[in-house]
Amino acid sequence: MTDATSRRDFLKMSMAGASVLPFLRSLPASAAGSDTIVVVTGQTINSLDLHRSGTSRASYQVGVNCYDRLVSFGTKEAIGGGFSYDYTVIEPELADSWEESEDGLTLTFKLKSNAKFWDGRKVTAEDVKWSFDRAVSVGGFPSVQMKAGGLVRPDQFIAQDEETFIIKLDRASKLTLPDLAVPVPYIMNSVEAKANATAEDPWALEYLHKTPAGSGAYKVARWQPGEQLVYERNDDWVGGPMPAIKRVVIREVPSPATRRALIERGDVQMAFGIPDKDAAELVDKVDVFSTPVENCIHCLCPNFAFEPFQDPDVRKAIAYAVPYEDIFQAAAYGRGLPLYGGETEITDIAWPRKTQYYTDLDKAKEHMAKSAHAGGFDVTMSISLDLASWMEPTALLVQEALGKIGINVTIDKIPGANWRTAVLVEKRLDLHLENFGGWLNTPDYYFFWAYKDGHLFNSSNYRNEEIEELVDSSLHMPMDDPEYAPKIKRMFEIALEELPRIPLYQPALNVAANGVEGYEFWFHRQLDVRPVKVS
Amino acid sequence: MASSPRLRAVLFRVLQAIPVVIGVVVISFLLTRALPGDPAVYFAGVAADEASIEQTRVAMGLDKPLIQQFFVYAGDLLRGDLGQSLSSGRPVATDLANRLPASLELTLSAFVIAISIAVPLGVLAATRPGTWVDHLCRLLVTAGVSLPTFFTGIVLIYVFYYHLGVAPSPLGRLDFIYLSPDHVTGFYLIDAAIAGDWETWWGAAKQLMLPAVTLALFTLAPIARMTRAAMLSALSSDFIRTARAAGLSNGRVLYGYAFRNALLPVVTTLGMVFSFALGANVLVEKVFAWPGIGSYAVEALVVSDYAAVQGFVLAMALLFVALNLAIDLLYTVIDPRIGFEAQ
Repeated sequence: MTDATSRRDFLKMSMAGASVLPFLRSLPASAAGSDTIVVVTGQTINSLDLHRSGTSRASYQVGVNCYDRLVSFGTKEAIGGGFSYDYTVIEPELADSWEESEDGLTLTFKLKSNAKFWDGRKVTAEDVKWSFDRAVSVGGFPSVQMKAGGLVRPDQFIAQDEETFIIKLDRASKLTLPDLAVPVPYIMNSVEAKANATAEDPWALEYLHKTPAGSGAYKVARWQPGEQLVYERNDDWVGGPMPAIKRVVIREVPSPATRRALIERGDVQMAFGIPDKDAAELVDKVDVFSTPVENCIHCLCPNFAFEPFQDPDVRKAIAYAVPYEDIFQAAAYGRGLPLYGGETEITDIAWPRKTQYYTDLDKAKEHMAKSAHAGGFDVTMSISLDLASWMEPTALLVQEALGKIGINVTIDKIPGANWRTAVLVEKRLDLHLENFGGWLNTPDYYFFWAYKDGHLFNSSNYRNEEIEELVDSSLHMPMDDPEYAPKIKRMFEIALEELPRIPLYQPALNVAANGVEGYEFWFHRQLDVRPVKVS
Repeated sequence: MASSPRLRAVLFRVLQAIPVVIGVVVISFLLTRALPGDPAVYFAGVAADEASIEQTRVAMGLDKPLIQQFFVYAGDLLRGDLGQSLSSGRPVATDLANRLPASLELTLSAFVIAISIAVPLGVLAATRPGTWVDHLCRLLVTAGVSLPTFFTGIVLIYVFYYHLGVAPSPLGRLDFIYLSPDHVTGFYLIDAAIAGDWETWWGAAKQLMLPAVTLALFTLAPIARMTRAAMLSALSSDFIRTARAAGLSNGRVLYGYAFRNALLPVVTTLGMVFSFALGANVLVEKVFAWPGIGSYAVEALVVSDYAAVQGFVLAMALLFVALNLAIDLLYTVIDPRIGFEAQ
């Protein structure tokens, strides 16, 4: 990409012309930002292709901003300011319209006839099929995510004619359509990709890794891994309302203190993913959006493989001993939503929900006394060094609180590289913190990953036959099915009674803006630059 | 001294470096494998299951026995291929070529600043012990060693960028409004000068200022300290007394005899300081968003990106071999008594 853009072309791109460029800095932020904004983030974009293995989370934003999907989600007002995607509304992106067959097994999409790739070629159903085939075939994360929507084999995708694309499902599922709106199933220019594919690399992973070939709202004008990514608007985009900003510079600034100085000074217009502490302190100075991450909970997990935690009274004692409010203030600086002190009776199917637990040492001691471990015991609590900003204060508070009911906690800090293996794959940590968040925003989806036996995020080794049955039967069931809500409520009831995961709070994604508006939160927790405009 | 024995000596030293480099290759390979953590799990992604982790492992070649992995690595290395970094997704050689000059430019600039302050300061402190210059030297030295670089960096940003607004945004090597000069050496100051683009040169120089000063403050201490001590011992030696007794001018005694003799330990210190300044870079790089090799290595280490870590260690080893050679050569220039024959 960098080679293709010569210095001269790049300067020409500026409407103001090259001679004015060096003076932008001396103008007020609003003037500087009228066609260019700068966003700082602490994360590294290491690939322009989400389907490649090893692609970092931060790179998903390229999939969002540079590629189109068939469909997208709507927009709603968010808690904590700004906007959020709306899981309940599916909107067209590359598809003009779609219909579902009676049995729900066939989805037929009509593509927009004026949609074009950046090279000017029309977007056809063949491109959609090739892209979907790729997503289910390359393995790794993209294939896992496609599978969540029931999309597993290339023969499920049919390009009927140039503008008609058909998906055949093995079973009808409410998750299929939303799963088409996540970043993974984006549509690539198959002709360009195939021209650059080789026998060893039939899916052009090498080529698309560095050279995106899409139809999305922004093109990549420049990419220097570890430094910056520059988006340049695609003026022929038909996937949605035309973005207001012509050029967006994403700069990687690892130090949070430096990011904070930059946003406060107004030299950059957005700081994406700032720490909770900075968010709390910046509120009066710049616009801060702290959006609670949907379907995500920071949990304290007692592992069933550790003998004392098999005792329900021990788990309840812990749930009553945890100092929820202190944790919410010390670890999250009040950003996000507290999840304690709710009603025991479950009347709705909103998730995450407030649990019936609250800090009450007497109750905790009562449960401890009833248990088979009244004399207390020693346990190791593990945290990840990569996530130390919230895990460390939380662990210290839990350690102190559990000490009062006779549970002697030792804190073990595990390096980030080992954390996933230890907590999710081997599931060997006795007491630990976990922060799963589901991309598809339904409770059954959360339970599927976090409460079903053997599933990745069930780090507590929990197994309950009824939960297994409830998740399996509700996962693909439409949410307006009369049986759905009772099943979900029952799931909540069991999970909150048995407590394999003790919800602490719902974390927030913090974004600071200085001079821009229109920020929209997405479940993928990456920046969608398309709706951003200068305020 | 004729140039051919020196050339032969240099060649001999380069040959001596070969077993060192082979050792580094073997040890870095083994050490990265000994790192806890499973890169396949890491790179398979957040929602990966057993099957996709296994797929990733095969794709990364980690399913093969260790000895086979080593020979694959060594074979690639002989062809000049350092492998593919998984976290940056590019060849390690490309990454190093991009990032090593950034670190070197920063370290060398810091070094120039440090030397140009520390050496005169050390000399002055030694010639005027107990005066305010000496106290200033002591103060700077103490502050330089005791303040961690990330702290100095943040303080400098706070004062010069945030409050006074005289420093440019700490956004890496160039503000976004400039384009990096065409790659010749990778040193922006040199490349911009070659291109004759003085606007970019000034842009790069401004960005370099604060991080270079941060690093200079840190490296200044040992250099000033060593210069002062070496000067003091040189000044108290017999040949200086003889020189003074012979009525040589003060400047001649100081710079012609004392300083030249004091230079040897100073140069040795410089070599050491340079190597740990490259290490201390990491923190400065983080604070100033400097895309250097230190932050690259740390990130690679965190995710067990074997090829990148090995490439980094190898590049550093080669750099130190070159550095030691340069310092040895410098010795012979400073002190003719030291010949290569002696080594």
